[in-house]
Amino acid sequence: MYPSRFNYESPKTIEEAIALLTKGNGEAKILAGGMSLIPMMKLRFASPEMLVDINNIPDLNYHRADADGTFHIGALCRHSDLEKSSILAQHQPTLAATAPLVADPIVRNRGTFVGSVCHADPQGDWASAMIALDGMIVAQGPKGRRTIAVRDFVTGPFQNVLASNEIAIEAIIPATKGIRFGGYLKLERRIGDFATAGVAVALELSGASVIRAGIGLTGVGSSTVNATDAAQSLVGSPLTSEAIERAADLAAQAAQPRSDHRGSAAYKKQVVRTFVVRILTEINSTKTKAA
Amino acid sequence: MSLDEIKIGGMGASRRRVEDNRFIRGKGNYVDDVVLPGMLHMEILRSPLAHARIKSIDVSAAWAIPGVRLVLTGEMMAARNLAWMPTLSYDTQAVLATDKVRFQGQEVACVIADDPYIAKDGCEAIVVDYEPLTPIVNPMQALAPGAPLIRDDKENQKDNVVFDWQVGDKAATDKAFASADKVSKLELHYPRSHPSPIETCGSIADFDRSTSKLTVYMTTQAPHIIRAAVALVAELPEHMIRIISPDLGGGFGNKVPVYPGYVMSILASILLEKPVKWIEDKTGNLISTGFGRDVYLKGELALRKDGKILAVRMHTDSDHGAFFSDAQPSKFKIGLMHSAFACYDIPAAHLTARGVYTNKAPGGVAYRCSFRVTEAMFFQERMVQAAADDLGIDQAEFRRVNLVHDDDFPHRTAFGFLTDSGQYAKCLDIGLEAIGYKDFLKQKEEAKKRGRLLGIGISTMTEPLGAGNSRAYDILGIKMFDSAELRVHMTGKAILRTGAKSQGQGHETTWAQIVAHELGIPADDIVVEEGDTDTAPFGMGTYASRSTPVAGAAVAMVSRKIRAKARKIAAHLLEVSEEDVEWELGRFYVRSAPTRGVTIQDCAFAAYTNMPDGLEPGLENVSYYDPPNLTWPFACYIATVEVDPQTGVWDVLKVVAVDDCGVRINPMIVEGQIMGGLTEAYAMASMQFITFDSEGNCVGSNYMDYLLPTAWETPGFELHEVVTPCPHHPIGAKGIGECATVGGPAAFVNAVMDAVKDTGVRNIDMPLLPDRVYEALTTKKDISGFPPVKTDA
Ligand SMILES: Cc1cc2nc3c(=O)[nH]c(=O)nc-3n(C[C@H](O)[C@H](O)[C@H](O)COP(=O)(O)OP(=O)(O)OC[C@H]3O[C@@H](n4cnc5c(N)ncnc54)[C@H](O)[C@@H]3O)c2cc1C
Repeated sequence: MYPSRFNYESPKTIEEAIALLTKGNGEAKILAGGMSLIPMMKLRFASPEMLVDINNIPDLNYHRADADGTFHIGALCRHSDLEKSSILAQHQPTLAATAPLVADPIVRNRGTFVGSVCHADPQGDWASAMIALDGMIVAQGPKGRRTIAVRDFVTGPFQNVLASNEIAIEAIIPATKGIRFGGYLKLERRIGDFATAGVAVALELSGASVIRAGIGLTGVGSSTVNATDAAQSLVGSPLTSEAIERAADLAAQAAQPRSDHRGSAAYKKQVVRTFVVRILTEINSTKTKAA
Repeated sequence: MSLDEIKIGGMGASRRRVEDNRFIRGKGNYVDDVVLPGMLHMEILRSPLAHARIKSIDVSAAWAIPGVRLVLTGEMMAARNLAWMPTLSYDTQAVLATDKVRFQGQEVACVIADDPYIAKDGCEAIVVDYEPLTPIVNPMQALAPGAPLIRDDKENQKDNVVFDWQVGDKAATDKAFASADKVSKLELHYPRSHPSPIETCGSIADFDRSTSKLTVYMTTQAPHIIRAAVALVAELPEHMIRIISPDLGGGFGNKVPVYPGYVMSILASILLEKPVKWIEDKTGNLISTGFGRDVYLKGELALRKDGKILAVRMHTDSDHGAFFSDAQPSKFKIGLMHSAFACYDIPAAHLTARGVYTNKAPGGVAYRCSFRVTEAMFFQERMVQAAADDLGIDQAEFRRVNLVHDDDFPHRTAFGFLTDSGQYAKCLDIGLEAIGYKDFLKQKEEAKKRGRLLGIGISTMTEPLGAGNSRAYDILGIKMFDSAELRVHMTGKAILRTGAKSQGQGHETTWAQIVAHELGIPADDIVVEEGDTDTAPFGMGTYASRSTPVAGAAVAMVSRKIRAKARKIAAHLLEVSEEDVEWELGRFYVRSAPTRGVTIQDCAFAAYTNMPDGLEPGLENVSYYDPPNLTWPFACYIATVEVDPQTGVWDVLKVVAVDDCGVRINPMIVEGQIMGGLTEAYAMASMQFITFDSEGNCVGSNYMDYLLPTAWETPGFELHEVVTPCPHHPIGAKGIGECATVGGPAAFVNAVMDAVKDTGVRNIDMPLLPDRVYEALTTKKDISGFPPVKTDA
């Protein structure tokens, strides 16, 4: 497969990259892991005039937890870095459950977390986790930096709020007040497939009581679905089986899937419902075991 | 003292594959690795529509791009009488569309340029004005009264029927049905799938005006057939055509047909007098090259209440796409579909088969099977399970009642084939034992009480391999024999060439083992070459699991000719008469004085340095082998599964395979073939199909939607063996390349159907994607037909 002609640039600093993007005037594209962009270019669905490869900019491949628990993921942090990360496993159950289900091991070696969120694919797994966790994106442009909540960041399928000369520098997961629980389940036809449906759940518990909840749904809407009613319904009470069933019903209602070759809309709602029940039930049992 | 056959890499040695040395080092030589001086690159413009009239094609913008050397359209091909070409099934196929496009992805124009990027730019610059026509995407639509005529290019074609064909004894079958205690019916669809070798199709045509020689590097499983076809179609002299099929990155039947891309690269090279390379992209391969399957079945079994099958009735409607280009023996329109039920003792059978044209890419290639045998065995084993359930008889017991007994061979099947050997019941018993059949049935009942759904599926079958014998099997009139040529050098090393063409099967390894077995020359001393028509003897190529049954037999036979000559030389060296010479592996000796002997290497040396009077020098020969019959391996595959009632997801718990492929040349390669086949079987059962929306758009034009299982999701397989040598094959082999692909799918599907049996559901058509299983569980209805793409846009 042969893409259209393009210029390739490999800046060494963020500022240089921003200058190149400005020069590109909307016709330049950032290249991170390339796992979404390159397939689109080879099929000529995307024909950017310039590629600004950010892989040679130092110090962007990191992920770390601040003392207060705020979690940072740098623009060049690969899916596989997160999959292998012990800090992630320790502090971020929702992300840790998501990491091994994104794409396949080969794609995970190159693809980036931030690139995935920027790509805003309604079937992207990380975006659901970010929604569930109230994550944020830090962007840098000619006028400096700004922080954008992920729920405002994505504006539609494959669309985000970044200006053509802004770069997403890192993702941030805010610190918690309670104890973090979470999970991610994904139905795929085979490994490396995008989700038929996926459910990300992030909870904060204080004692037996839920003090914050977030539920993000993958592949069941024109962009990642933020199941706020379902999440809200869990807050303020313990995870009883009635509460779990209610949240599952609300999440299934929030899903807006389309029937396609992955399954009917009704089926996808059923999967969402089942997964919400399974994740919450699992949290309930780990929580009890931990106590 | 005789040689240790295993040590010299002979029969039964799990010798490491010699070809892997270069493959794992990235040193394979595939068509795309070949670079010739001054080579140009070709790209194909394909139709975005499934059915449309071409009003005009404007190529001027393509010509204007610097670096574009040639733009070909159907009109230009027509001017040279090359717009249409004959297919391997006596139909015609458009090389470049002239009047209409008849499937999405059909070749409309091509651009030859200095590099492939420019060629692609050139294709994008071509403007085609289409007038859309109603697309027909399945046989039901094609056969409906008033359906638009797809092949209006053909003079006597009044409807969309390709053929109407039948085989078997209708009267006897009707009679048996009339007296049956019960009739079990089942309607099935074997969905369209794609063989999908990792390497796509491609060619480099190199016409040299100064010598008039045309050399074509081509991804073909059958180089000699291609040479014959080029000679006949392009009217070029056959001795001036050289087809070279270098390393192939898989074939699975996909690289048997002749594709328009090959023809266009040849014409372009003749016109431009430069080498022209065409390498198809993955989407091009998936949407336009030979599909497999796409057959609808109406099946009926006449049953006696004790479980005996009295007769079989089958009707198939097969979807061949726009052009009937399957490769198959010319006598049989639906391949060897009538090999169905060959492993069972059934008095009567009748099959009617209808083929139809649709607005889909040409289909019906034998995707890893001997001409429709995959469909035949799948239909058979699904019908068998349904019949057992309908009678309320245990599925293993039902098979035992009907399987042909060991002492009933040779056995004439209900459709008239002759099978020669097997131990069917033994294979079944080994399989049942290995899976823990009785325990599993108990476990299943226990699990049911806790709301869990377990299931077990069996598939037993014998399939016809090795087409063919020349009386019954030919392609375009060329008889389906095969060949081997062996040349032993002075130092006892040798080169072997055959008319087959390995695509990953390991011929370079196994053929040498046959020679080692016959002559005692260590396998490492034998180099094997295939695929170059200037050097290899004429053969029909590799598909239909025919290489070991036919070319492999030729290898044994040519080795025996060499041995016969070597015996004369040995007698001369030993100064005794030929009758006094005895053979043991690798050595001739004097019967009365066994310590006096000469090795095969001594004989080879003498063939060039000290030959007896009256004997030609040299030690080489060729053998053309026309098998007396097909070979019939037997297999029993058993799978157990658990179905998740909330999502329809099913997991494989265990798979047991018992294969009787006769004598095993290289057990490791045999096991590799079985595992590969079971992986494809699992793929078909669980995820793999190419479907189309109502506009005829192919859904599955890339690997994100056409799902190939990888090591990550493929279950483990437990393999067992039984060996019943083939009585007519020189080394007793029956072939193993395709058994598991053919017999495997039914084991998985039967297992899932067993798990959901209590709902009353009798069938879910493949692939058993979770949503379809869930729908069956909740609606308690059969899920039939190809999954229509419901898109609520
Ligand atoms: C076979 C395959 C299977 C896959 N399966 C899945 C799956 O199951 N689930 C899933 O979630 N994903 C899947 N993906 C996508 C994969 O996760 C990608 O890696 C990811 O979506 C994009 O990350 P990237 O770093 O590769 O981005 P790129 O491809 O480099 O870029 C994607 C887009 O984001 C923009 N971009 C990238 N980085 C930045 C930045 N720092 N600032 C601003 N814009 C930026 C680019 O300009 C481009 O438009 C799959 C991909 C493949 C090839």
